[in-house]
Amino acid sequence: MFESIILILDATLRVSAPLILAALAGLFSERSGIVNIALEGKMLSSAFAAAAMAAVTGSVWLGLLAGIGISVLLALIHGFASITHRGDQIVSGVAINMLAVGLTVTLGRFWFGLGGQTPALTDSSRFTAITLPGAEAVADVPVFGQFYSQLFSGHNFLVYLSLFAVPVCYWVIYKTRFGLRLRAAGENPHAVDTAGISVAWIRYRALIISGILAGIAGAYLSTAHSAGFVPNMSAGKGFIALAALIFGKWKPVPVLFGCLLFGFLDAIAIRLQGVELPLVGEIPVQAIEVLPYILTVLLLAGFIGRAVGPKAIGQPYVKSR
Amino acid sequence: MNDSKIPSWVNIIVLPLINIMFAFAFAAGIFIAVDVNPIEAAGVMVRGALGYQEGIGYTLYYATNFIFTGLAVAVAFSAGLFNIGGEGQAYMGGLGVGLACLALDSTLPFWALLPITMLASMLFGALFALIPAYLQAYRGSHIVITTIMFNFIASALMVYLLVNVLKLEGQMAPVSRVFEDSAGLPMFHEMTQWFGISFSQSPMNLSFFIALICCVLVWALLWRTRWGYAIRAMGASPSAAEYGGINYKKLIIVVMLISGALSGMMGLNEVQGYSQQLKLDFVAGYGFTGIAVCLIGRSHPIGIILASLLFGVLYQGGAELSFDYPNIDREMIQVVQALVVLFSGALALMLVKPAEKLFVFLDQKKKPLNGVKAEA
Repeated sequence: MFESIILILDATLRVSAPLILAALAGLFSERSGIVNIALEGKMLSSAFAAAAMAAVTGSVWLGLLAGIGISVLLALIHGFASITHRGDQIVSGVAINMLAVGLTVTLGRFWFGLGGQTPALTDSSRFTAITLPGAEAVADVPVFGQFYSQLFSGHNFLVYLSLFAVPVCYWVIYKTRFGLRLRAAGENPHAVDTAGISVAWIRYRALIISGILAGIAGAYLSTAHSAGFVPNMSAGKGFIALAALIFGKWKPVPVLFGCLLFGFLDAIAIRLQGVELPLVGEIPVQAIEVLPYILTVLLLAGFIGRAVGPKAIGQPYVKSR
Repeated sequence: MNDSKIPSWVNIIVLPLINIMFAFAFAAGIFIAVDVNPIEAAGVMVRGALGYQEGIGYTLYYATNFIFTGLAVAVAFSAGLFNIGGEGQAYMGGLGVGLACLALDSTLPFWALLPITMLASMLFGALFALIPAYLQAYRGSHIVITTIMFNFIASALMVYLLVNVLKLEGQMAPVSRVFEDSAGLPMFHEMTQWFGISFSQSPMNLSFFIALICCVLVWALLWRTRWGYAIRAMGASPSAAEYGGINYKKLIIVVMLISGALSGMMGLNEVQGYSQQLKLDFVAGYGFTGIAVCLIGRSHPIGIILASLLFGVLYQGGAELSFDYPNIDREMIQVVQALVVLFSGALALMLVKPAEKLFVFLDQKKKPLNGVKAEA
């Protein structure tokens, strides 16, 4: 029993990592006032770019860089449309998502000729498990040893990075001048403008940070979680991250828990497949898979708490003349 | 924008056309990047889509889907609501059609079944849009986010139903049984035969004409009725509409019901018209394409028909293209589509400022001339 709980939690951590990174990516852009439904497309493009670069060069770090690069590029397109040209943020997000689905497969087929997949990555071109110091030594200590050596040790670099990113984001958002201005841009852009600070520049920077984080999340999918890119491998994770962002009410720590919850559901869904539970019988996997979406809908409707986003979200800022 | 300095014909026709040209130019760049000559490719596409009867049939069959989903987005858009749940609503609509066919196909001929399947598609689609609409109107949750979530809920529900309920015993593929032949919608080539004209076989069917009728109905609703006026008033300015005595909560519900019903009717074309069984993923992104169709068609039924034809050509031509060029597949068309959404949707305002400057400049050039004339 204990053993299987550890296994589920271990899987939770692995599944949650890209969600955490992507949700933090969404946090930055939405806190600055830009709706980010393009997370899915950014993750997918980055997953492809990272795997393609890692496959060609053999270096996972160059892969990560390529993933971040393409994701930032998409973020800039998003910004160009919705900040500079005051276009609809949702429409440009939809466009980026479509573009990612099409381009990754088209280019993948052209470059590698494997039906849109990239060649399988070997261990040197992947993020592999890191054994934390002392994990072997304490493995036999009851409870603590198992927690430390099995649950906390043995993940790849990006999992640790995603956990580390939460306090950093918290600090940036709440403790820095940039964070203050960022939040103000999402709540009351006029006030920011009145203070002589460029709303557009704040939002652009927020989108660039968002691109970097979403890029890491995408690279995780293809170079850490799996060993290569397959078409449409983000499979809605960008939207789950968006759901977790809403679930965490646009605040870093609750968002972390939202991601862990959704990751936990995902980990459980896999384990419960075909298992007869007492009283309720077999729960269909799909029922657990849709829980994040249903929970988000209920939350948004105020049936379980209330999720109120940044006030100026979704509105292009027009400097009044 | 009443104080626009640009003549309206430029705003309605010229700027959108330039935007689409931008999209095509970028698409051409990507074609070149994968070693395909874009001009040759365009030739193959147009010939493949419009050059022979079967191609035309396929083009119109695809266009049918786009008319339904495009109209659905347009009706909601006219009221200022952005319904990106077309994917899920169409999925549910198809489910309604499928269930009606599975239940009644052995007892009723198509003409008796058609009203039932139409009603089922509209009902399922509308009810699936009703929940996000209700939540937006009465609980203040945002329709975009809720409809995204509902797309996933629809697809999970469909997987569950096909895998656990509708799948045939002893079969691996998650598909329902094939309907009786009598349940299928008349195909276009069969219909022309009634008049003694022969037309090549294609999946184009009766629902194309149902889609055209829907265009007329939507046009009449939006521009010829009180409701339509209220809908457009709400789209132009929600606060003014409310001040003018329009009950916007009720209107949100009505608009989304119509929008969902239109999306749902896409199921007629795909399920009863084409595959004649329930399958996974028959919506295949047509719901999202509806957004592009609505944006290019400027939310007007005539524009939507034209935009649907354009996308029909892209889809059918794209399929044809993938025979000739190994580097190209359906996904390439999605790239073109994405660029169209980007340039004619998200970047729609990009050219307004330069155009304004141009026309102000032209005006200034004209004025002294006029002055001279007046003096003389």
